[in-house]
Amino acid sequence: MIKNAMTKLGLSLAVALTSIAPAALANSGGGMPPANTRPDNIAQVQRGAKLFFNYCVGCHSLQFVRYSRLADDLGLSEDQVMQNLNFTGAKFGDTVVSSMPAADAAVWFGKAPPDLSLEGRSKGPDWVYNYLKSFYVDHSRPLGWNNVVFPGASMPNVLWEMQGSQHATFEPKQKKQEKCSGTPAEGCNNGVREVEVCAEGKTEIDGKCLVHLEVAAAGTQNAQQFDETVRDLTAFLQYAAEPAALQRQKLGAWVVLYLAFFTFLAWLLKKEYWKDVH
Amino acid sequence: MATSRIQRAVSGLQEWFNYRAAAFGPMYRKHMSEYWAPKNFNLWYYFGSLALLVLVNQIVTGIFLTMHFKPSAADFAPGISQAFASVELTIMRDVEWGWLIRYMHSTGASAFFIVVYLHMFRGLLYGSAQKPRELVWLLGMLIYLVLMAEAFMGYVLPWGQMSFWGAKVIISLFGAIPMVGDSLVEWIMGDYLPADATLNRFFALHVVALPLVLLLLVVLHLAALHEVGSNNPEGIDIKKKKDANGKPLDGIAFHPYYTVKDLFGVGFFLTICAFVIFFEPTVNGWFLEHDNFIAADRLVTPAHIKPVWYYTPYYAMLRVVPDKLFGVLTMFAAIAILFLVPWLDRSPVKSYRYRGWISKVALALFAFSFIWLGKIGAGPGTDPVETIVGRVLTFIYFAFFITMPLWTKSDSTKPVPERVPAHD
Repeated sequence: MIKNAMTKLGLSLAVALTSIAPAALANSGGGMPPANTRPDNIAQVQRGAKLFFNYCVGCHSLQFVRYSRLADDLGLSEDQVMQNLNFTGAKFGDTVVSSMPAADAAVWFGKAPPDLSLEGRSKGPDWVYNYLKSFYVDHSRPLGWNNVVFPGASMPNVLWEMQGSQHATFEPKQKKQEKCSGTPAEGCNNGVREVEVCAEGKTEIDGKCLVHLEVAAAGTQNAQQFDETVRDLTAFLQYAAEPAALQRQKLGAWVVLYLAFFTFLAWLLKKEYWKDVH
Repeated sequence: MATSRIQRAVSGLQEWFNYRAAAFGPMYRKHMSEYWAPKNFNLWYYFGSLALLVLVNQIVTGIFLTMHFKPSAADFAPGISQAFASVELTIMRDVEWGWLIRYMHSTGASAFFIVVYLHMFRGLLYGSAQKPRELVWLLGMLIYLVLMAEAFMGYVLPWGQMSFWGAKVIISLFGAIPMVGDSLVEWIMGDYLPADATLNRFFALHVVALPLVLLLLVVLHLAALHEVGSNNPEGIDIKKKKDANGKPLDGIAFHPYYTVKDLFGVGFFLTICAFVIFFEPTVNGWFLEHDNFIAADRLVTPAHIKPVWYYTPYYAMLRVVPDKLFGVLTMFAAIAILFLVPWLDRSPVKSYRYRGWISKVALALFAFSFIWLGKIGAGPGTDPVETIVGRVLTFIYFAFFITMPLWTKSDSTKPVPERVPAHD
């Protein structure tokens, strides 16, 4: 009994120690709609690459991505890559460097556009996908654009031709009573304080609450087509952040299967040796 | 004919060695074929050999990583250091199988702490620190201490955002020491901020100095263990009942019985590790943090600086204590107090199987407080309710050790049988 109970306690501790991890930090998407990318879908990543080199590389580099590696991983020939994706005259073995000088960029945008080699990992695909869809016209910003996912972003909406220009509708914050502990000097009267907040689920930007975004001037794509465009681009950035993901997932199943089989053999061997231990 | 010639060659070779290294045979017998281990080891007894396996993995993969890593904070490109580029470009992309070696090393680091924590908890569960195994426990605790330093310095090397800011926060803890604090922080970093000098010295310590210390301590830990013999889930001293040849009646030879059993454990463990390495190497930011995929930038502070999961229980203690110096002292005391367990545990029996309910509740509360503190330390630390919970948990953590002499002595016990019933 006790033995069993202790073993159970032990096992549950072991499980707790190893499973607390994924459970507690499942917030990398932050409640955003998922990107639903498929980085192992080469066609999707190829389309994303084309978009990246048409719309992004003017400002953003991929310091850790070589043109030659792109060719290998995306099933493209050297000619295809050099003619369609390389606009800077870089060599086939070079990494993707933006033609915009970083020092100038910092002056033009207030901040040098970041290298995007690992953006798909540091921010995650869901963030990238939602960020690219969330630009709206805001004349108070230096370049006339703002972003719901990243308020105050320095970057304009480079995909506006396809998406059209979105406008945001805001509502003022609502007054709400909130429980508190403290003195009236700290704004707490009889355990209640009046605060101004956005309604549940609404994003606050510059002291206003976002109601919704809508396309005011249509672009060349409808909403569904544009979702696909952004998904392709996100898949490319996700691939670029970890090209090894293609290899490791393909190989992984075999490694795990082999080790499971090895474990089974080891178990048989153990049973055989332990036959005479009572 | 051929067989006998081979046999003669083998025995000749054996003789050659025996003549020149006569101590090897007895040493092999003492530590392997005639090391009498209790026959009733259970699941908890896999973690020692697994820790050794992970140590070997860290050293071997580490050697290959050093071949390509550049411990330099100098620019590779604007805003990207050579260290960061050597990890994320050279190792992760250019070197064949570099990504696998890196993930084996990063997953190994977390796996090391998982098995070591379980190994330590096993010691508490079965009273393994009690006489005559005090030295084994002390050496084990030293290993844990050095391992924490080793892992911290390793985490700084890729020179990502969390490497840099984690280093800054942790090193600045020494600044809480009165009088010498600030100069000590500068001395450790070799600069006013974590910089090239810091990265270089951490590299030296991580790949040369601390591994040597670790290896030495592991050898001593095992030597001390083999001197007194292994404990077991029953806490029965198997050396009290021996046969005519001096072999414990409830003992079995470490080799082949436990080598073959541990081989099974190794297989199972590697299967889980391989799953992580190949399918979820970051474990959603727990083994490799999202912010560490951004190159270190001393002008941009991450929204949420936190250490890797294996330090978070102590980090939580640091944060919930209002005063910085007192927080630092609490954190170090939490580790220091672990060293005292052999003398705090006054129970007449070893294993919890023969202890009363007070001991069981106390141990469960302790484990619970450690895990919950870990969760708090990994969070943003902004919730005031959580701070109070953290203080209560810190209190439980220390109360467990400080009151241990009382409840271990007064708790009811059951009589321990003389012989091990049967292996689990």
